[in-house]
Amino acid sequence: MLQEKRIFNRERQDKLLFAAIWSAAAITIMFLLWVVWHILSNGLAHVSWEFITGAYTRIGEASGIWAMIVSTVYMVGLSLAIAAPIGIMTAIYLTEYAAPGSKVVKTIRFCTESLAGIPSIVYGLFGMTFFVTTLGLGFSILSGSLTLAMLILPVIIRTTEEALLAVPMSYREGGYALGSSKIYTIYRLILPSALPGIVTSIILSTGRVIGESAPVFLTAGMVTQIPESVLDSGRTLTVHLYKLTQELFTQHEWDQAYATATVLIVLVLLLNMTTKFIATRMNKH
Amino acid sequence: MMNTASKARAQGMQLAPAKNFDWKEMFFHLLFLASAMVGVISVTTIGWFVFQEGLPAFREAGVVNLVLGREWLPPALYGIFPMIVSTLISTAGAVVIGVPIAILTAVFLAELAPKWLADIVRPAVELLAGIPSVVYGFFGLVIIVPAIETLFNIPAGNTILAGIIVLAIMILPTVITISETSLRALPPVYKEGALALGASHIYSIFKVLIPAARSGIFTGVALGIARAIGETMAIIMVMGNAPAMPGSILEPARTLTANIAMEMSYATGIHSSALYSTGIVLLVFIVLLNASLLYLNRKRSY
Amino acid sequence: MKKVIGLLTAVGLMASPQVLAGTVTVSGSTSVAHVMEVLAENYQNVSNKNVEVQSTGSSAGIRAAKDGTSMIGMSSRNVKQSELNSDTKEIVIARDGIAAAVNNANPVKNLTQEQISKIYRGEIKNWSEVGGESRPIVVVTRENGSGTRGAFEEIMKLQRTINGHKVTAITPTAQVGNGNGMIKTIVANNPFAIGYISLGSVDSSLRAIDVDGVAATDDNIAAGDYQIARPFIVLMDKNAPSTAQEFIEYIMSADGQGIVASEGYIRVQ
Repeated sequence: MLQEKRIFNRERQDKLLFAAIWSAAAITIMFLLWVVWHILSNGLAHVSWEFITGAYTRIGEASGIWAMIVSTVYMVGLSLAIAAPIGIMTAIYLTEYAAPGSKVVKTIRFCTESLAGIPSIVYGLFGMTFFVTTLGLGFSILSGSLTLAMLILPVIIRTTEEALLAVPMSYREGGYALGSSKIYTIYRLILPSALPGIVTSIILSTGRVIGESAPVFLTAGMVTQIPESVLDSGRTLTVHLYKLTQELFTQHEWDQAYATATVLIVLVLLLNMTTKFIATRMNKH
Repeated sequence: MMNTASKARAQGMQLAPAKNFDWKEMFFHLLFLASAMVGVISVTTIGWFVFQEGLPAFREAGVVNLVLGREWLPPALYGIFPMIVSTLISTAGAVVIGVPIAILTAVFLAELAPKWLADIVRPAVELLAGIPSVVYGFFGLVIIVPAIETLFNIPAGNTILAGIIVLAIMILPTVITISETSLRALPPVYKEGALALGASHIYSIFKVLIPAARSGIFTGVALGIARAIGETMAIIMVMGNAPAMPGSILEPARTLTANIAMEMSYATGIHSSALYSTGIVLLVFIVLLNASLLYLNRKRSY
Repeated sequence: MKKVIGLLTAVGLMASPQVLAGTVTVSGSTSVAHVMEVLAENYQNVSNKNVEVQSTGSSAGIRAAKDGTSMIGMSSRNVKQSELNSDTKEIVIARDGIAAAVNNANPVKNLTQEQISKIYRGEIKNWSEVGGESRPIVVVTRENGSGTRGAFEEIMKLQRTINGHKVTAITPTAQVGNGNGMIKTIVANNPFAIGYISLGSVDSSLRAIDVDGVAATDDNIAAGDYQIARPFIVLMDKNAPSTAQEFIEYIMSADGQGIVASEGYIRVQ
């Protein structure tokens, strides 16, 4: 039956499906343009040097986001400082040391996959009870970073693993043939050639840390001051936008929210472009 | 691909010079192993902790009362059934709207788009993936919620429908990226064969390529569903968060994630434990999702 | 690179204890935080001491003060004895009304306590029943555990008992917003919504309704005519660091109380 129908309608059906594919792509692009255009057109005009480097205050009208930027940088830096070494070393273990398909590898892989599947709010729940209360770290950049480090660990492991697997076997063989030790081969030959992939994993994680909100304010709090140490609380840009959207009345407050959203989108754009740049350079080699 | 790499790796290991016992090697081996264990420890700690904290609520209220109870009235009743229903409806709605669009866009990128256009669309999709969920929530709050108010002439636009639309947009990039990758990974033989047999390009896409890339597309959809189930802040901003059983998608509702995020900082005792139970239910959904993905993708390999 | 990161972490960790001792940590009620943030900023300007204010909610604030997560807890409702340690002291720093607020476009100017209570129980569902347009009422409430909600439920008798527990009688179909700001956003943008918020955060974006013919003003609250009011309480351990004690002294001083009044709350000194 389907055969007959096809003989008669095939051309029309093809055209319909062809149109469906084009319109689906158009809808995707339209949504993107709509979201981005709406935010940028309302926000770009209010992003100024004073806005970016100014202090946030409840007393006057000033409402800069410098403190949020600093908190975000702290958060990104510390989460990466915790997760990147662990993630990279895990990937090295999985690709270079463990016997493929062994129980250990299966367990480790299963656990990191599960870690990737846990909804971020559960991380928040856990982080708030474990790091903030049980370990007594309080609402702090440290609590937040520890929580986010767990959250980005699977991203780093997976991307680094892919990069290590892509290193040609001849590098390893060459290394050993020259009589160098395993660790030396890894350090001198394998890691450098996997570096672009590793950097990509770090940029991806940076995006993740910048984008998260619920697990951040449940663990790092939402104080609008520049954190002086990792035990101070801080408000990241994303959390700031969330708090701003809760108080939208005066034009000034709307402008602030749009401007903060604009800064976030530009940040994401920059991160994406960096990844692209690295990927292109990697292909050239 | 994985197999070749593994085999090659095994050979590489054989090539390693057989030396006397090397303390330095041993140290680094153990160091890397220890790092690898951090992931294992993290997941067990989180799992153990969440279950440990969630159990008292199950014990106090009973599994049935908690999971199937219709009233959320802490500190007396902890029924999260309405939130389970809301989570499922909003996710299902987002999948129904988002997945077809996403798969077709993936087909577009992999098969139809001229190179210059694909080079514009692909980074755009990546940007869509990177935008923080709060930005989507904000967009939903100022554009979609008022639009629903006028369109359906209802008093408040903070409804499940608003949540569905926001989630549908949010899962697009995940499904697109993974589906496109798996379509591109197909050996050209598939398409060439279909075309050689006289099938049209479109026909070969729908009857040969998409079925062949099925497992990758399923994975993409599963990740999309996981993102929709786990989404919190965007949902809190657009869905109204009423803990009642929603009568239609034009009513406000609270998802499991919103329940945790809204009340976590307040809760004590059994109330807090009930929020952990909410987290457990959420984890059970994710496990079920991954299990069905495994099942679907296993059947294919026969 | 790892060395650099390690060094930074070490410096960060070493620097922290001494900063920690200087920083006063305050957490709790979002309503109290609204004025506390301003007090903290002024205090930092005059004393050069660091104050961190987290708006987490009354119950969380009480818990934080009890278990020492924060030096000072904030609550916008009366605190139950069972929630306290024997060492915790309560200080009322201000009083605040709770305003039932509607959209500026809403013609309804006055409601009785009973009408408000019925609206929140879900028994009155249409504005025409209380003298407005014939449109469904969009009821907006705060989340469980909010001090404003607790005080509002207590005063408006919006409580019932199930299985020996006091629970809310507010209809579960009400929209829930976390924080005064979110309630304000919903009410200010929806002509058919009603919400309740801290009187101090009422501004021109929405309108406080008269209750039983009495306007929600500071004078009426002070005179006891406007009934829906509650204390702003801070909780502190008796052995809290002197920096925390000094901050409380500042709040209770003429300067501090002046700020309380200028932010729209009722001074207690």
